[in-house]
Amino acid sequence: MADSTAHVSRSRDLDKLLLRPGHLVGPTFEPGPELRDDLRKFATVLVVGAGGLGCELLKDLALSGFKNLEVIDMDRIEVSNLNRQFLFRLQDVGKPKAEVAAKRVMERVSGVNIVPHFCRIEDKDIEFYNHFNIIALGLDSIEARSYINAVACSFLEYDSDDKPLEETIKPMVDGGTEGFKGHARVIIPGVTPCFECTIWLFPPQVKFPLCTLAETPRTAAHCIEYAHLIKWDEVHSGKAFDPDDPEHMKWVYSEAVKRAELFGIPGVTYSLTQGVVKNIIPAIASTNAIISAACALETLKIVSGCSKTLSNYLTYNGAEGLHTKVTEFVKDMDCLICGPGVLIELDTSVTLQKFMDQLQEHPKLLLSKASVKYREKNLYIQAPPVLEELTRSNLNLPLFDLMGKIRKDIVHVTGTTTNNDKKTSCLRKLRVVFKGIDGATDMDTAGGA
Amino acid sequence: MIRLFKEKEKLRETAESSDGRAPVKKLSAGELRLHKDISELNLPESCGISFPNGKDDLLNFEITIRPDEGFYGGGDFVFSFKVPLMYPHEAPKVKCKTKVYHPNIDLAGNVCLNILREDWNPVLNINTITYGLYHLFTQPSHEDPLNPDAAAVLRASSQAFQTVVRHVMTNGYRGETYYPQLMQAMQHTKAPSRHQSRLK
Repeated sequence: MADSTAHVSRSRDLDKLLLRPGHLVGPTFEPGPELRDDLRKFATVLVVGAGGLGCELLKDLALSGFKNLEVIDMDRIEVSNLNRQFLFRLQDVGKPKAEVAAKRVMERVSGVNIVPHFCRIEDKDIEFYNHFNIIALGLDSIEARSYINAVACSFLEYDSDDKPLEETIKPMVDGGTEGFKGHARVIIPGVTPCFECTIWLFPPQVKFPLCTLAETPRTAAHCIEYAHLIKWDEVHSGKAFDPDDPEHMKWVYSEAVKRAELFGIPGVTYSLTQGVVKNIIPAIASTNAIISAACALETLKIVSGCSKTLSNYLTYNGAEGLHTKVTEFVKDMDCLICGPGVLIELDTSVTLQKFMDQLQEHPKLLLSKASVKYREKNLYIQAPPVLEELTRSNLNLPLFDLMGKIRKDIVHVTGTTTNNDKKTSCLRKLRVVFKGIDGATDMDTAGGA
Repeated sequence: MIRLFKEKEKLRETAESSDGRAPVKKLSAGELRLHKDISELNLPESCGISFPNGKDDLLNFEITIRPDEGFYGGGDFVFSFKVPLMYPHEAPKVKCKTKVYHPNIDLAGNVCLNILREDWNPVLNINTITYGLYHLFTQPSHEDPLNPDAAAVLRASSQAFQTVVRHVMTNGYRGETYYPQLMQAMQHTKAPSRHQSRLK
């Protein structure tokens, strides 16, 4: 029975959280051994990214009682990862991060099953993401977060009172670090702000004026960006620069060195070149560990209800002393990604033109001069004339046909609306439901963008 | 939420539930904002727009500017726009496809316009960029040189610059560098429009 003693001792600390009641617990918390077992049996978590944060997250989640984990990452291990991505060894260099990370954690934590996915997040279809209960993000780009956010929010459905349906909510826990700074946040689509609601939190990237690069470089970064943005195109006409190709990076580095010598500027190194071109900020292992710990704990809290969850954004700053703060950001009710949108019920015979007329009359919209987008298709565009001409013929077709006879889906419209006698332009999300189709009457429309 | 997960898992076991949601690519918030920007475009008479990939690809398009006055009056200048998915958080990538003798545009088509890089801001849009580009032709600046020769000529004398620009646009050469002949010799009035998509 060595196995069962190991099991008991391993979950001892977790048991203190899951087996006992308390006054700080969440509203739906039901302590007991069943909860611990259910956590192992029914909770499936996807970790997006197997880098600095991803390695920590997998280890933390595995040690927090989760048994069913999957991890997705498109990268291979590089030597420069080894200082902090502690699941990787020198002999792993060149292997897929997701596969090695999954293997190492399974070797160390018995009973845990981790399925690796060595591919881009866009390569998986939408149903792949739907089978997870929670998605934990350890990413380094805004684009990737924005993509996963849109996917998770697309499962969200609202009832006819614009209340989110609990069973369609796909919670996300997002971590991010930059050097000594980091954040951890909990996104419960439909309840707390989604990534797109607060996209303004991200400062714009610093970009140097091209003429400074071309004529008056003053810093090493200017020389590197000159080689990367101007010289590359001059020499390699038409060939796209690939930041992941070491040969390309070496070429940019050597050109940057020449440039720096010409202007007497010190400081161009290969690693700075990589840093500037790929916008890399030095990563610190301890920051990753702290942020990941917060994310793993929030994941456990969301699943088990053993404590109230973070509401909803924690910032950590270890640069000047140590500072943490929790901010409760608010949801953007008109968010195009997680918001309910305006419910519109239509007959299948309604033409695009009639639909647009209805938008003008609709009390919540009062939207005139509408341009209509369904998924990637532009059904009608008011301007410019070249597009208006191409889409005009759609006006007399039934919207139901234009939407591929799907009984309910999201449509986006832009146009002019009147607000307190003032005309303003707006972009709106609509939940279009067609009446009289099987099963359509009792459905309350899909969410998402 | 574990109870919910448990119920969902049981549901999945009994019936592979699928409500017919097609596995489609998700629209990004950037594409939606771009749809709004394009449908509200209000370009001057002297600008045209075309979509090489058809009506459903708004992320890639070309804007043609024909200044009706100034140094470059009568020339056609084509700019390619590549809009990133993170638009408007990130600025579109704009290149000048017409080789032009201009202090702020280099021979590879790079454009030095502050709002395309260091001063980009998410409240700006395709309209504001187009006006910015138009402005480059009526008010070229010798202070932000990408073509040092053109900048030096302009700095010395705007009349001399006018002469050189006209010469390049009609004869095609500045020193060893060839530029496309945008105007026929002796033709100083506006040529008839070659664009189908004039905007009001």
